Parts: sequence; structure tokens; C-alpha cells
Amino acid sequence: MNTIFTLPEASTQAARVDGIFAVLVVVSALTLALVFGLLVTFAIRYRRGSEAKRGRLPEIVNREFEVSWTAATLFLFAFLFWWAASADVGALTAPSNALEVHVLAKQWMWKTQHSNGAREINELHVPIGRPVRLVMTSQDVIHSFFVPAFRIKQDVLPGRNTETWFKATKLGVFPLFCAEYCGTDHSAMRGRVTVMSEDDYTRWLSRQPEGDDLAHLGAKLFVSQGCSGCHAGSSSVHAPKLDGLYGRTVQLSDGRQVKADDAYIRDSILQPKRDVVAGFEPIMPSFAGLLDDGDVQSLTAYIRSLGQEQDHE
Amino acid sequence: MSDVVLAGELPFPQRPDYLAAGSTLRSWLTTTDHKRIAILYAVTITVFFFMGGAAITAVRLELFVPNGWFLTSDTYNRLFSFHGIIMVWFFLVPSIPNTFGNFLMPLMIGAPDVAFPRLNLFSWYLTLVGGAFAVYTLIAGGVDTGWTFYTPFSTMFSNTHVLTAAAAVFVVGFASIATGVNFIATTHMLRAPGMTWFRLPLFVWSIYATSIVMVLSTPVLAISLMLVIAERWLGLPIFDPTRGGDPILFQHLFWFYSHPAVYIMVLPAMGVVSEIIPCFARRRLFGYDFMVYAIIAIAGIGFFVWGHHMFVSGQSPYASLIFSFLSFVIAVPSAIKVFNWTASLYRGQISFNSPMLYALGFVGLFTTGGLSGLFLASIPVDVHVTDTYFVVAHFHYIMVGGSVSAFFGALHFWWPKITGKMYPESWAQFAAITMYFGFNMTFLPQFFAGYLGMPRRYHTYPAEFQLYNVMSSAGAAVLAAAYLLPLMYLTWSLLHGKRAPSNPWSATGLEWTTSSPPPPNNFDMQPLVDRGPYQYHAERESAGTDAPEVQNARSLR
Repeated sequence: MNTIFTLPEASTQAARVDGIFAVLVVVSALTLALVFGLLVTFAIRYRRGSEAKRGRLPEIVNREFEVSWTAATLFLFAFLFWWAASADVGALTAPSNALEVHVLAKQWMWKTQHSNGAREINELHVPIGRPVRLVMTSQDVIHSFFVPAFRIKQDVLPGRNTETWFKATKLGVFPLFCAEYCGTDHSAMRGRVTVMSEDDYTRWLSRQPEGDDLAHLGAKLFVSQGCSGCHAGSSSVHAPKLDGLYGRTVQLSDGRQVKADDAYIRDSILQPKRDVVAGFEPIMPSFAGLLDDGDVQSLTAYIRSLGQEQDHE
Repeated sequence: MSDVVLAGELPFPQRPDYLAAGSTLRSWLTTTDHKRIAILYAVTITVFFFMGGAAITAVRLELFVPNGWFLTSDTYNRLFSFHGIIMVWFFLVPSIPNTFGNFLMPLMIGAPDVAFPRLNLFSWYLTLVGGAFAVYTLIAGGVDTGWTFYTPFSTMFSNTHVLTAAAAVFVVGFASIATGVNFIATTHMLRAPGMTWFRLPLFVWSIYATSIVMVLSTPVLAISLMLVIAERWLGLPIFDPTRGGDPILFQHLFWFYSHPAVYIMVLPAMGVVSEIIPCFARRRLFGYDFMVYAIIAIAGIGFFVWGHHMFVSGQSPYASLIFSFLSFVIAVPSAIKVFNWTASLYRGQISFNSPMLYALGFVGLFTTGGLSGLFLASIPVDVHVTDTYFVVAHFHYIMVGGSVSAFFGALHFWWPKITGKMYPESWAQFAAITMYFGFNMTFLPQFFAGYLGMPRRYHTYPAEFQLYNVMSSAGAAVLAAAYLLPLMYLTWSLLHGKRAPSNPWSATGLEWTTSSPPPPNNFDMQPLVDRGPYQYHAERESAGTDAPEVQNARSLR
């Protein structure tokens, strides 16, 4: 837990952010010292009636001062930008071996689901030293997943997946907050992230009630919602086959090409008339209102698993 | 006081001043005199200021303890929303432009009035209508969306009075636009002979730039609120993702207005400070040209930084990079201004009257607020501190520490001109210093709480943040007291204050060449301008060649 004065650096990102933070603090402190120092010095030295020497500055001095401090601040700021931005670009994408955890936010709780199907509410257990990728969506309004000890924050949007990732470097329990104002109990939408050793995590995971993982859940939905009636291999209806679809580029009937990612699959389920695949009639009904965000996540996971199987063959 | 008595004291004995030109309610409510309209605005926004202040006082009291003690979550949310909506649109945005801009701009450029006097009055009535919607919203039960109205919460999930609150902001936005158009036309058309662009006082430049920002950005706010109203009221699918809408479209539109709006609040404040510092340092403003270019640069670049509010919103990371860069760039002209104000003190004859204390306080607080802005422009740091109290502290330093300090500076600087009365200086100095310390006590701890992770808009919070909240709340009490002081001694000065001479501070600038308070048409004769502003050095360096000014300065000191 964090104490009153310090915030633990519990992820690889935390150390990076604190480094930049520290430099900005030093730059700010020096600038403040300069400005306040000059203000106070001038205020005392040149107070009305003091004996200090006055007189006019030559115009050329003004110009030179102006140009030099403008250039100096510009270079300083450009450097700070470059430095802070390059740290960010490096941290944009999660490593490919990252553990994937799904997060579903709703007024006012966090639901998390591990890859083996274990579910938690307002809790997230993760192993130390392994990158964890969070794939998040919201069931209602915009929330924001914020773990101060990890220095991560990412808005969680309805109707879209957002992602963030971290690699925990400290064991312990760290507070999780909702940072985007989301209504009455916004301030109560809090949780905890528990970082465990790899062994403890494995033991913890095995003790969790056996849930279906997302792909299996998706496979069941695929049948129960009637998707298989058209999209399954044996179907007589003329519908695109989904094996190996995930991540592929799809040719659309209006000439555009799109990549079949999470967003495309979600759109195709909820607004099937929007991106019609070339060579097919737009006959699929919309599932908007019939499937909630969790269902769409599960179906997406199922379709992704079809793609992965294809890759292995 | 009769004209006979005045005749001995004032250069313009024949005519009544603008305050005496009619005393019926009707004469005020139908006035087209920019100075009277400024007074109408001043009274209106003072009422709003104390309403917004009362709301936040309750919020800060509630935050004394981690788990709340006298407000429900719903009430808490409505109070901070009301505070934000009132303070941003009904106090900060109109504060300096609509009061001091209205009063001073025509005087400073040597014009008898603004270009469109009736439009000017109309925009005050629009402010009233908007204010009526806001007050109705409060009475009917309030709104809980925050001042930002983020969708889809505001359109689909909030059960409060979003429509009337949005209508309030929508209507008051038109007052902004009308005022902006009026000031732009006034600056272009009504400058006195010889008042070239580079002889304009910086206050006029800043009001002019602000007006351009108002005219270009406020319509976008109006549009985004219309879209909220359209979705909420008529059910059009604009932000609803289940029907193909985009939940963060609103944020782009909103911040396209609301980031420039920060400069609507700050640029006029910079203008005020640029008037006060040379006057009390008895020096020409250092680097006038650069100050003008900096104003233009801030107003221009201000339109291209909105995306730095959305680094964690899920926008493209490449967009974030560009917005991050531009946000650093806009800090450059701000830094230029701080350096130039500081350099203006060099070799001056500085006196510490209350307007000067407020102006120096502004420079300190604005510098602190501006530097904390660099943290928010750096993407990785922003990701950590955005939507925490760090951001709350940052924008209060800019908007309250900056704009409100400058507002009080302007109030004290031009009070003698506006009312014709002097106020008790020692009280004013005491209030200025108390305000400075109260402000820092309130908002400095919030930087720490924010870095440690306390999210903003939290009704209850983990116990480890309590120390900072208690410090902040205690500071707020000091600040509230400091804000009440001017209300008292300025009211006192209206009744018992000494009569103000036409130029109590020996300032340059056309507004000081007419009587205090000015006559209805500002000047008895069309002023002619033959020099740039801030010729304060003349009284020392070329004594003899500038005899009238020197004499003027001596006779009053």
C-alpha cells in the first residue's frame, strides 16, 4: 500500500515515468527559482526610492535577450518532448508473450477475466515479472483503469476495446481506481491489484472455480445465437467462413480493404451492413441489443482462436 | 456633490459622469453605454462568483474526511458540477473581457463606445438568460455530469437536468460570440487617430486576440452541446456506440473549444498584468513587440493542442505525439511573457500598491501553473497524473491563481477610474497577500495528492490522502475569507471613499486622460495619439522634452 508521502514503483513503466517526472521537477524548480529569484531581487533592489543605478538599456540588448531566451526555451521544450515521447513510443505495445486479461467496466465495478476463465470482481491477481496485457471495454459509460503504483491509466470505452499493459516488479496489493468520472458511485469504483510470485499465482489460479475461457464461451454463443447456421463450414447459406479470418486483410464489396481485428469483428456483429465482404449479400441481421459487450468479447475470442488454429496447421 | 464643487477639482466640470447620467433602473437596463454595461456584467458575475464559491466550499468541507459526513454522493456530484459550470462559463470566461474589456477597451483606443452598443447590451441579456437556465437547473435538482458533459454519460445515463444545464451554457456562449464580434469590430474601426496597431496597449491586444478565439471556438461548443441535446432529447444516435455512435467524438469537439477557452481566460489576464507592471515599475514594458507576437502565437497555437486532454482516451498514439509536441510549443510564448514581465522590473522604480501585488502574484502563480503544464504535455507523465488532483491543481493555478488574481488586480487598478472613489490601500494590500497564501495553501497540496494517485471528482477517498485534503480545505477557508475582504472594503469605498483624481497612479494610457469616472461619451475631444504605450521612462530620461507628463506625475505624487 502506498504511504502518505511516497508512491511505490511497482512496474517497469513506473520507473520510466518517475525518471521523466523527476527531470521535470528539477527543470521546474530551477525555472521557478530563477523567476522568483529575479522578481524578489528586482523588487528589493529597484524599489521606489532606492539608490540603485537606473538608466536606459540600449535597444539592441532587448532584441538579443529576447531572441536568446526564446530560442533557449524552445530548445529545452523540444528536448523534453523528444525525451518523454520516445519513452512513450517504446512502451506502446505489449510484448507478444504477455498474459491476456479481459476487463469489463460497468457502473460501478471492475470485472476481470483471466485467460483460463477465472473471473474476479474489483480484484485482479497477476504474477510478478510477466507482462500483462489488459483488453478492456465498458458496458455503459466511459471509465478509466488507473493503477497509481504502476503509473498506468487507460480509458475504458463502451463499444470499443482499449488496451494497456504493465509488468509488475513488486509483490503486494495496489489500489485500482476509476479515473474517468462515471456517475453517482464513481469514487466507490475501486479495486485492488495483487501481485504474486509466479508459484503463488499458479496456485491461486488453480484454486479458482473452473470457468469457461472466453473462446469456449464464444464457441457456445456461436451455436446458441445461430451464427453457426450460416458461418459454420457445413452451412448451405452463402456466408463468409471465419477460419483464419482474424488478422487477415478483407476485401469489401465497395472496394475498401480492412484488417479483421477486434473492432472489425465487433462492427460486423453489431452493424453487419457497414462493412460487407466482397462477393456476399448483406443479409446478416444485426445483433445489437441481443449481445452485450461481454458476449461480443467472447465471440471475438472464439473467432480469434479459429485464426490461431489455422496458423498452426 | 454639486457641479460647483467639482469645478475646482476636475478638468471636465460641465458634464455629469456616466454614473450620474441617469439613476433609474430603466436607465441602467436600457443603457447602451459600454461603461454601464460593464457595471451590469460586474454585478452579474460577482453574484455567480459567490454562487460557484459557495458550492465548492461545501465540497471542500465534505472532503475533510475520507468517507464523507454531510453530503450524499449525488449531492456531491451535483455541487462540483455546478461549481465548474458556473465558474467556467459564468465567471471566468466573461470576467475580464466583459467587465474590464467593455469598460476600458473603447477608452484605451480613444473611442466613444464599442462598435455595436445595442449588441453589447443584448449580450448581457443573453448572459442573464443563460444564468436563469443555470439557476433553474440548480433549483430543479442540479446536474451531475461535471462541467465537461462527457458522453455517453451525459446523453444516456445521467438522470439529472442535463438539458437545462446544456441550454445554459449554449445561451451564454452566444453572449461570448457577440462580445467577441463587437470587440473585433471596435478594435478595427474605432481607434483614435494615431493609434496604430503597434501603439495599442497590450490589454487591448489581448482582448482583441481573446475575441478572435471566442468567435472561432465558441460555435464548436454550441455545436457539441446541440449534439448532446439532440441525442438526449430526440434520441439521435450520435454518441451511442450500440447504434454506431462515437462516444469520444464529444471529447474532441468539447476540447476544441475548451482548450482555447483556457486562453480566453488567461490572455486578458496577461493583458491586465502588462498594464499594471509598467505603471508601478515606472518603466516601459520590456519587449513590447515580442509580447504582441506572443499573444498572437498563444491565440493561434491554442487551437491545436486540444488532444493533450485525451492521451488516455484511446485516440491514436500518433495523434497524441503531435498534440504533445504542440503543447510544449505553446509554452514558449507563455515563457516569453513571464521573462518580459520580470525584465520590466529591471531598473525600475517599483512601488507595491495593491494592483502591483496582485500582478506580481499572478506572475508567480502563472509560472507555477505553466510549469506544471509541462508535466501534462509529456505523454507518459500525463498518463499517470491526468484525471487526478494534479490536473485540478494545475488548472486552478492557471485559471484561479492566474485569471482571478489578474481580475482582482484589474479591479484595484481601475477601481478609481470606474467608480471615481479610492479604496483603503492597506486593506487591499492585506487582501492581496492573504489571497496569495490562501491560494497556495489550497492548491499546492493537490499536486502531491495527485501524484500519489488521488483521482479528481472523488466523493470518498482512501484514508492516506486525508492529510492533503485537510490542508487543501483549510487553505480554501483562508482563500474564501480573502475573497470576501474586497467585497467589504470596496463597498465601503463606494460610500465613504475619497474622490479619485483622473490619474491616481500617474499611468500612461488614454483611459487616464479623461475624468474619473468618465463622462458618457468618454472624451470631450477626440484624443490624438503620437506615441506608443508605457512611456514611463520619459519622466526620468528626457525631462524637459516631455514636460506635461513630468508635471502630471509630480503634481499627483
